[in-house]
Amino acid sequence: MPLSGEEGEVYLARVIVLTSGKGGVGKTTSAAAIAAGLALRGKRTVVIDFDVGLRNLDLVMGCERRVVFDFINVINGDAKLNQALIKDKRNDNLYIFPTSQTRDKEALRRDGVERVLDELKENFDYIVCDSPAGIEHGAITALYFADSAIVVTNPEVSSVRDSDRILGILASKSRRAEHNLEPVDVHLLLTRYSLERVKRGEMLSVEDVKEILSIPLLGVIPESESVLRASNTGTPVAFDQESPAGRAYLDAVARFIGEQREMRFVQPERRSIFRSLFGRA
Amino acid sequence: MRLLDLLFPERRNSAVIAKDRLKIVLAHERASRDAPEFLQALQKDLLDAVSRYVEIRDDMLRINVGQSGDTSLLEINVEIDGAKVRPVQNSAARNAPPPRPVPRFEADTPAPWVKPV
Repeated sequence: MPLSGEEGEVYLARVIVLTSGKGGVGKTTSAAAIAAGLALRGKRTVVIDFDVGLRNLDLVMGCERRVVFDFINVINGDAKLNQALIKDKRNDNLYIFPTSQTRDKEALRRDGVERVLDELKENFDYIVCDSPAGIEHGAITALYFADSAIVVTNPEVSSVRDSDRILGILASKSRRAEHNLEPVDVHLLLTRYSLERVKRGEMLSVEDVKEILSIPLLGVIPESESVLRASNTGTPVAFDQESPAGRAYLDAVARFIGEQREMRFVQPERRSIFRSLFGRA
Repeated sequence: MRLLDLLFPERRNSAVIAKDRLKIVLAHERASRDAPEFLQALQKDLLDAVSRYVEIRDDMLRINVGQSGDTSLLEINVEIDGAKVRPVQNSAARNAPPPRPVPRFEADTPAPWVKPV
C-alpha cells in the first residue's frame, strides 16, 4: 500500500475541522494553508473537501486536473482510497482528497465517512477537513468526527455570531460531545484582519473577538494581496513564505503543534523610511 | 484627519457599536441554546395557568435559566400591567381553602415575640 509510512511507524491521525458557519470567510484558503503548513513541518497530512456539490479545494490546491475519483466514490466503494487521494507535487507529505460534484448532499453518509476517516487515520498524522458553509448536513458531518476545530472568523458581526453558533454545535452535536469524551479542542483563526482599520475604530480588534468568543487564539491572518495571488495560481498561501499571510499561517501551524510564537500583524510594525518608501506591502 | 477629529469631537466608532451589539445578541442566543429542553413546555404550562386568571399574551411571560454565583436560577417574568382579570373558573382554585391571613407588623414596632427592652 503506497500510503503506509516507514516500517514500524504508527500513524494515528488527529482530525482537524476548519469551520465557520458563515461562507466566504476563508475556510478553504485556510484549510489549504494549514494543511500545507503541517506538511512543511514534516507531518503527513491529508486535506479533505467536505463541500459536496461545490468542489473547490482542488482548485485552491492546484490539482483540479488530476481529480479522477472522489470522496463519495470511496464512501460508496466505487474506488479505493489510494485511487482517489492526490499526492501534492510540491510536498511529499501532503495529499488532497477531493469531493464530488454530485448534487445529492445526503451522499455524505456518516458511517461511510467514519470508515474512510478510520482508514486515513492509520496513514496520516493530520486529517484536515474543509467544511462547507452553513449548519446543514455537510457542515455537521465535517465537524462531527473532529478532535480539533479551527473556527475561521472575520472581524465582522455576522461572522462572529455564526462562529459562536458553530462553537455551540461543536459542544453539543460532535461525536466527542455525544459520547461524553473530552470536548473538541477549539481554536480561533481570525482572517482578513486589517490593522489599519482596527486603529481607525472601523473594525473589531483581535481582543474584541477573543473577548466575545472566549476561545484561544491560534492566529491572525492579515488581509493580504498574496491570498488572491495564491488561489489564482493554485498554490496554498503557506507555500508563499515571503507573503504576510503565508507567514501568519506558518505561525498558526507552529502554535497548533505546540510551539510558542508571538502574534504578528496585530501591532504596527516598525518600518524604516527606506522600507516604507520602497518595500512591498 | 486629526484636525477633523479635533473639530468634530468623538463620535462613537463603529467597532465599539459592533462589539456592543454582538455582546447583547450572543447573550440572548447562548441563553436559549443552553436552556434545558423542558423550558418551552414549562413556559406553555405557565402561560395556560396564568391566563386562566388574567388575560395575557404569549410575549408577556418570559422565562429564563440563569446563574447567580453558585446558584442556578429559574427566572419567570410575567407582565400583567393593565391585563384584564378573568372570573375564576378553575376548580382547583375554587375548592382551595381560603388563604391564611398573613400577620402584618407596623414598621418600627417590634414583632410580638421580641421582648420589649
